[in-house]
Amino acid sequence: MAVLELVQAYAARGAIVVLGNHDAAALGRAVPGLNSQALVAIAWTRQRLPQRQVAFLEALPASVREDDRVFVHASAAVPERWTYVSGARQATLSMEAARAAIVFCGHVHEQRLYFMGEGRLATPFRPVPGTPIPTSRHRRWLAIVGSAGQPRDRNTAACYALADLARERITFFRVPYDFEAAAQKIRIAGLPERLARRLERGV
Amino acid sequence: MQPPRPGAEIDGFRLGECVHVGSMASIYRLEGSRGPLPLVMKIPRLGAGERSANVVSFEQCRMVLGALAQSPHHPTLVAYGDVETTPYLVMEHVQGARLDEWLKRAPLAPQEVARIGHALAIALHEIHRQDVIHLDIKATNVIVRPSGAATLIDFGLSCHRHLPDLLAAEFHSPVGNWVYMAPEQTAGERSDPRSDLFALGALLYELATGRRPFGAPTTVAQLRRRLYREAPPPRSVAPATPPWLQEVILRCLEVDPGERYSSAAQIAFDLANPAQVALTERAERRARAGVAKTAGRWFRARNYLPSPPPAPATAITPLPVIVVALAGDDTSEPLFEALRAATRRRLVADGDCRVACITVVRPAAALADDTPTGRHIKQLVSLRRWAKPLALPEERVTYHVLESEKAVAALLDYATVNEVEEILLGPGREAAELVTQAPCTVTVVRAAGPG
Repeated sequence: MAVLELVQAYAARGAIVVLGNHDAAALGRAVPGLNSQALVAIAWTRQRLPQRQVAFLEALPASVREDDRVFVHASAAVPERWTYVSGARQATLSMEAARAAIVFCGHVHEQRLYFMGEGRLATPFRPVPGTPIPTSRHRRWLAIVGSAGQPRDRNTAACYALADLARERITFFRVPYDFEAAAQKIRIAGLPERLARRLERGV
Repeated sequence: MQPPRPGAEIDGFRLGECVHVGSMASIYRLEGSRGPLPLVMKIPRLGAGERSANVVSFEQCRMVLGALAQSPHHPTLVAYGDVETTPYLVMEHVQGARLDEWLKRAPLAPQEVARIGHALAIALHEIHRQDVIHLDIKATNVIVRPSGAATLIDFGLSCHRHLPDLLAAEFHSPVGNWVYMAPEQTAGERSDPRSDLFALGALLYELATGRRPFGAPTTVAQLRRRLYREAPPPRSVAPATPPWLQEVILRCLEVDPGERYSSAAQIAFDLANPAQVALTERAERRARAGVAKTAGRWFRARNYLPSPPPAPATAITPLPVIVVALAGDDTSEPLFEALRAATRRRLVADGDCRVACITVVRPAAALADDTPTGRHIKQLVSLRRWAKPLALPEERVTYHVLESEKAVAALLDYATVNEVEEILLGPGREAAELVTQAPCTVTVVRAAGPG
């Protein structure tokens, strides 16, 4: 898997990598809630994973804590239950469990920034790509950085975010990539057509 | 926490005289500041016994000021301290007089109200352009610089539409100044720039009449009265108020934001061109609505929900004005027709845009053969004749005869001050100069050739 080679190279240079639900499924673990197309893709992946990449995935933690930051794929409440942080309630539970100034997560494909105020529940905010947002440490934040591989807001551009720790701010970005080539590769591999079409339409 | 004393040093800044002590923060002049700007340090009142809202307001202020591009219409943020350990903001010390100095002298002459209102509207447009809404416009939050430009201060209740609104979830009763607050703010709406236009209207009302349009409410019920009870028309309070000024003020004070101006720049334009204000029934109003009408509004206001705010930045039109420059006498009918055709196309593309028809004439003193007013009227008549076939509604077209030795300089000045989007004109030396110098698009229109 070319993508895993890249991730392993980053990890070798000190990158924090956490396990995702599709990774867990590719390792044969029980992952609820995957649709039939995803299962086809995971089965396809399993056949092609070389042993050293399986070992790399096996060794991945479900969450990582670094100072007052927590990195996790889904909710920090119970990482391997793969709960979607799709609202203020789930965001609040994740933040409370993490006990961190900021939680970085994914799983949900749209970019969001939640923050805690006086109220019991976190407030959601839809970030504007390219606009830095101050995230002071005395307040709790939860950043859903968005999907690099399958954006779902009718915008085909991949999502990522940069956190500037020294200046205490986070900037969300969208970056266009050759989604047509990616869709073509899915078709050539004989994977479900809908997976290719999703990339082309950003849904 | 005790407020620090002058002479104390915080993060390398030496505090000078304390220039303001408020309920939310204290402000100190900074001594020996390097750099081009005189500086002040604002230290919020935090700690035991102080409202936690102060912390959030401090954070919000820091975030919004930090995101604003430098301009004379708001203080420049230079440095800030950590919210938890040493909270402070270091900003430009804005020189000038606070607007409450003018308020003390109210009622003011209409021209002075218009001048201040124009400066304030320009300042509001500058922050709205950057997607910031002030939400606490009042006289003590406006400083008039010696140049006449207005500067907005205290962004502690403001909102930046590209940044999280930390204050939104924080308060239960409407925050801001109840005297000037827009109806939608009383219902917790914090993302409509037209709320600032309401506050501007309330401030202009007070400057023009010496009275507050809705009194000084002390309960939420009194505050909500502005949802159904109109302010007395300014002319009924201060009879010297001209109809155009009443029109501008009452349009700002409309309950439905959609009935107000759609941008501060449009208010600035009207206040700079009183003769061009499109007068409606508002201008002639002598008394507020009667009991039956008010009762009907009260009934509807019980279930009041603010209308949705407009989309951010991209949707705030930077005053859609296009200029059609017509040369005095030597323009041919085919060129006139070509300019009309180009203007029509532009109007189709932008349904809101306003057309300013301009001709530049040499100052009267330079010509002895004609009286200035007579010449002026002749030019206006020909401008109107040009625009007539476009059949534009009155409020969408204005006519200007600019007196200047240099046509290009006059057009450039107009385009800059009024944030014109596009200038249309016929070919020639002026057109060539404008193309290279104008701050906007310049379209050179040619008459259709023979055949």
